[in-house]
Amino acid sequence: MTVDTASRHSTMSGPARFDPAAEAERATQAILADFTSAHYRGVVVDSPPGAGKSTLVVRAAAEIAATGEPLMIVAQTNEQVDDLVDRLARRLAQNMPSARIGRLSRAGYTAPDRIANLPNVTVDSDLTALGEPTITIATAAKWAHVKDRTWRWAIVDEAYQMRSDSLLAIASRFERALFVGDPGQLDPFSTVDSDRWRGLTWDPMQSAVAVLLRNNPDLPVHRLPVSWRLPHTAERIIADAFYPHTGFRSGTGPGERGLRLGTASGGSTAPIDAVLNEAAASGWGLLELPARYTVRTDSEAAAAVAAVARRLIERRAVARSADQEQPITPQRIAIGAAHRDQVAAIRTALGNLPVAVDTANRLQGREYDVTVVLHPLSGRRDASAFHLESGRLCVLASRHRQACVVVARAGIREVLDTHPPTGPVHLSEPVKFPDGWVANQTVMAHLEAHRVRVR
Amino acid sequence: MSVITAYARARAVAAGVAQPIATVRHVHLAERPLVFVPLTLAGEANAPLAAMIGTDAEKPTLLTVPQPRNRDLRFAFAARLADIVVPYVDSFSHEVEPLRDTVCAVDAPQLIVPNPMGIEFTRLLGRSTRFRRTDGPYAVAPGVPLLGRWLTYFAERAEHPGSCALLALTDALSLHWATGQSALEDTNLAALMAWIDPPAESSGAQAAREAENPKVWPPAGPATDPEFDNQVLAPLIRAYDTSAPDSPARQRALDELEQALASQLEPTWHLMWRGIAHLRSLPPGVSVAGRWAADRRAFTDFHRYVSEGGAPQPRRDGAVAAAYRLNLLERARTTYEAERAFDDPLVMATHRLTGEAFQGTVVSVDRERRVPNEKGNLVTRPLVTVHTKDPVRLPAGAKVAAATRRSQTGLIVSVETVPDGTLVTLELSGGMGRAKVPPPGSVPALDEQLCYSGVLPENIPSPALPPVEETPWTHGGPPQPYEPSDEDAAEVWE
Amino acid sequence: MQNDTDARLRRIRGSARPTRHNARTIAALTGNPGCSRRTIVDTAGVDKEKLARHIGFPSRFGQSEFAITRTNAFQTLLRADDYAELTRLLREVFPEAPEQIQYLDLEATDNTDAQDQRYARDQALISQAIAGNTGATLFDHPLLSLNVAGQNVYLEPELLVFQYGGSAYVVQVRSFAVIDGQANGENVGQAALQAAGYVLALRQTLGNPDAAPPEVLLICPKDFSNVPTITRLDIRWQLIAVEYQLDRLTHIDTLLDALPPHLNLDLGLDASGNPTRPATELIDALRHLPARYFPECLSNCDLAFFCRHEATGHTAALGRSVREELGGIETIAEVLGFAEGTVAPPEEWDEAAALLRGAAWLYAESVAAAAYSGESAALGPSRDSREPERGVS
Repeated sequence: MTVDTASRHSTMSGPARFDPAAEAERATQAILADFTSAHYRGVVVDSPPGAGKSTLVVRAAAEIAATGEPLMIVAQTNEQVDDLVDRLARRLAQNMPSARIGRLSRAGYTAPDRIANLPNVTVDSDLTALGEPTITIATAAKWAHVKDRTWRWAIVDEAYQMRSDSLLAIASRFERALFVGDPGQLDPFSTVDSDRWRGLTWDPMQSAVAVLLRNNPDLPVHRLPVSWRLPHTAERIIADAFYPHTGFRSGTGPGERGLRLGTASGGSTAPIDAVLNEAAASGWGLLELPARYTVRTDSEAAAAVAAVARRLIERRAVARSADQEQPITPQRIAIGAAHRDQVAAIRTALGNLPVAVDTANRLQGREYDVTVVLHPLSGRRDASAFHLESGRLCVLASRHRQACVVVARAGIREVLDTHPPTGPVHLSEPVKFPDGWVANQTVMAHLEAHRVRVR
Repeated sequence: MSVITAYARARAVAAGVAQPIATVRHVHLAERPLVFVPLTLAGEANAPLAAMIGTDAEKPTLLTVPQPRNRDLRFAFAARLADIVVPYVDSFSHEVEPLRDTVCAVDAPQLIVPNPMGIEFTRLLGRSTRFRRTDGPYAVAPGVPLLGRWLTYFAERAEHPGSCALLALTDALSLHWATGQSALEDTNLAALMAWIDPPAESSGAQAAREAENPKVWPPAGPATDPEFDNQVLAPLIRAYDTSAPDSPARQRALDELEQALASQLEPTWHLMWRGIAHLRSLPPGVSVAGRWAADRRAFTDFHRYVSEGGAPQPRRDGAVAAAYRLNLLERARTTYEAERAFDDPLVMATHRLTGEAFQGTVVSVDRERRVPNEKGNLVTRPLVTVHTKDPVRLPAGAKVAAATRRSQTGLIVSVETVPDGTLVTLELSGGMGRAKVPPPGSVPALDEQLCYSGVLPENIPSPALPPVEETPWTHGGPPQPYEPSDEDAAEVWE
Repeated sequence: MQNDTDARLRRIRGSARPTRHNARTIAALTGNPGCSRRTIVDTAGVDKEKLARHIGFPSRFGQSEFAITRTNAFQTLLRADDYAELTRLLREVFPEAPEQIQYLDLEATDNTDAQDQRYARDQALISQAIAGNTGATLFDHPLLSLNVAGQNVYLEPELLVFQYGGSAYVVQVRSFAVIDGQANGENVGQAALQAAGYVLALRQTLGNPDAAPPEVLLICPKDFSNVPTITRLDIRWQLIAVEYQLDRLTHIDTLLDALPPHLNLDLGLDASGNPTRPATELIDALRHLPARYFPECLSNCDLAFFCRHEATGHTAALGRSVREELGGIETIAEVLGFAEGTVAPPEEWDEAAALLRGAAWLYAESVAAAAYSGESAALGPSRDSREPERGVS
């Protein structure tokens, strides 16, 4: 592989002893300074997985709220909005008891319990009914129907998941905005396959951030430098594969996180135990099933994925973070796959175990102690753009705090090696890095060192 | 591509003839479509060389350009093409029917070209002619800029899923038949037709191989066979170039060129009508007329725009126009896909196989069930349970509708595995009138056979976008409004 | 080791002069990287076009003289008046470049046997220009060298190299049009891949990976005119892809080791260059080189029609996505046998077979349902000779 490795960690050079908290604080202060300076109409913040994106949004919101100027917040899904409302309400209740949050919702929306009864939150589908809250927050879809008003300040959360046309619908509502998101995750997509807008700086199929930066190339782009979620064992591989030009550091040092497993019993689960032991020791495990071309819902692979999750519970796995230990309950485990039918097959194989099983799209933004992943290329004869998409693999491989176990049929390297990696090229269209093919090669090369074969 | 169509391709290999992948026709076919087979000169961006065009299989018009690099001759071609296309298009504007507070043409023009490259040719020819002016130093014939607007209109409609204003015949055929070759090879019209309708005593495979030989079957264009170019066309164009105007030698060169080009076009011309006839043999799907109505409305609107002297379509979409168009295309796509499955059991089979639809028998009905809604009012929500042997992968909470009862929505309440299949219980709403007890027939009856699909038209709201002149800074700010310029009118076309 | 490999490749090629790799064949390495047949035939320098014609499967990559004329006219126009158009375009990209750009036409004037000397001269000239970092120089037709499977290959010099600011940029001239800022994606993709080969060659020739940036200056006609327009193209992806496949080529000996020792594709050319070896012998030899045929090969490889014939009855001939939907099963006979329950699937195909049985059942049911409702006209001609067609294999 010939990815330029020299420049990768250049931003991380400096004092020999890396102090993650200090680095993160320095970056946050620089972001807030640029944003509140009002020198720029937009400030972009790239955030690797688990780098404290929400914390930043809450902190920035609190700073603006403290000035008394009106702020609007845009998120992409109702769940994201409610999460933010919850966190913001707590923060403001402490520091600014007088501040109020208006949660603008669609008609007929029922607020979940965690925000329904908060004293400083009003929920309504009508903007005027919210009064004049300090902070108004809604999904992009809801904001698109607000007219004739502008806010001095805006924060756009998950801006890389937002499509350019959604931003177009709401951009007139604010004077300046902080755009926060993770560039490594899945790009927004369209069911329409058209080359019509290729090369235009306002191509509506691109992400909101891509369009913003192409039309305003001088806006400052910051990075959150520290992932608090990913363990030290995931730092290099995730940074190399998915953030090759910027990198990031893990907030935890070697050995600060750990996975402790109880004694194994029973003989038939030898490879499963072995891969769990490997994951406990190194943070990664690759359970490799015999090479075979399969239909998408490969039942043997689905069963193996389920068995790994089940065995983790049976062995009373305990997650350690610094000095704290916590048993890993089924709720702290997630299983990820590429397709919905695979998710269904794995759910069937799991039986009643209440482990989250979902596609990459739906696992975005979530966090678990241990994840088990069915590799998107497992059992395939050929790769496709969908299966190679770097965002998909990045989401699947970066949800965990302790360890990640990947289950796959043998032969993925061959599929990658024989895949014609290049297709049509469009003029004036920025090349997105990393390329999915390269990212997949990087990840497989790493996983092979943590391989347990099933015979 | 789905397992069903892949399986049909495998069947076609074994059977030696294409296999149906649709039981109804999913495209509208006009009574008198305008069939258009263009040829272009190799190496040029968009230099028309010849075209065969017409609404009557027996009476095609042949247009040729004796020297495609000559600008005047190109515009002469465009003018003659305009004399055919513009009156054809106009002929649909006279008969109208009321539509809300306005009117809509009862029928609309339909252009059919051999393949997707033919659509691209149409788009580019529209692009190179629509900005022309009929006065000033680079004046062109009056029909040329109109031709440009209409060809552009057709090419843009072709991007709308389900639109039939401009069809590529290979696409339309491939939607209904699976051949024993690859999709890539299916873009060759002659090879595709060889599979769909092989000559007697020949297998589709054999006939398709023969059809690939450009000497036997000249390519369906717009690109020509390089050997024809080098051995026939080039000497004739040279003969034309070197002969004196109005000389017998020039007339001879012209005649021979026409003959040569006609020989390249005629086989495809006949193939086009054979393919169309083959498609016509299928009964239209239930939703086809509705989609054609959208084409009729689009035609009516654009015809009005053109008659009122509307400016040519801009070179590229601005930010707001692009977002609007994307929204329209996405809505058209989701509706089209749902409708196609509802119209056709063979398309639905794909969804049944993946568990997104299921067919079965009603085994219990609670027609009079009433439950309180969000506001606490009692509403009628019948329950039906369907027994199916299909592999159901729809979870509780999913919305479905039946092909035969499209206006009624079912919400899956439970999915239960039983020894001989699956029991799916649905809560129904809509499509049963306002009475407290739904009238008989408005709710599925016991023993009724039904196919419920979870592939429904997604509810994509139309976007609330700013006016063009308020395009925000994030998207480059308000664009310069387009003013047709002299430069556009004088653009080089050489 | 390398000598063994070279000797082996020479033996496969036989008595004919080698067909050299060029930017096109290097770009093609990424087109179907799993195809050992193409890899070996190309690396051995076998004349694929001649081979395909001789065995009865001629390729159809004819070029129209109209296209050639247009390309030549465009190339001439760019170089006319002491490269005036090229100078204007390059200064559009580099506005700070001096108004006078030096140009050097390095095109060979006599026979090409003196390639080594030409290469040495061109290498020195470009290196000096970069080291001097002075002004701006345009090199027309420089000869570059690239290591392919352990052999140094001179690349056919159909390119321009522009030295400015201590960097050497590959300039590619293509005759497809850029209309309203857009060009055909396949054409641009091909240009980018070929440029990647040139950039790698330039880096190797100059002995300095930093000397040639990962981009290409693409010059094409604008809209419907002959007026040239220039676009900067980022080719980092293409560089990674081409470099990766070049790297894999260094392991070609493992492919060669798997072949029968005396295998060769010698066409037995007579004095006038016509093949004399019996076609059947060559076909037998080719069969020992494992191909990986896909329909896309038809537009990329001279041998594709032969490989397609050979792949008759295989799911790969229907396209990658069809094969994937069929669970990766190899042959049509197996697919239909499993689907109709006439062939018992081996355990490894159990699931695929179950899916196919479901598909077959639904297919039959849906077709029958339509026929029942009086729409049998829908189903077109039916002919049911269920004998899968078998290819030569």
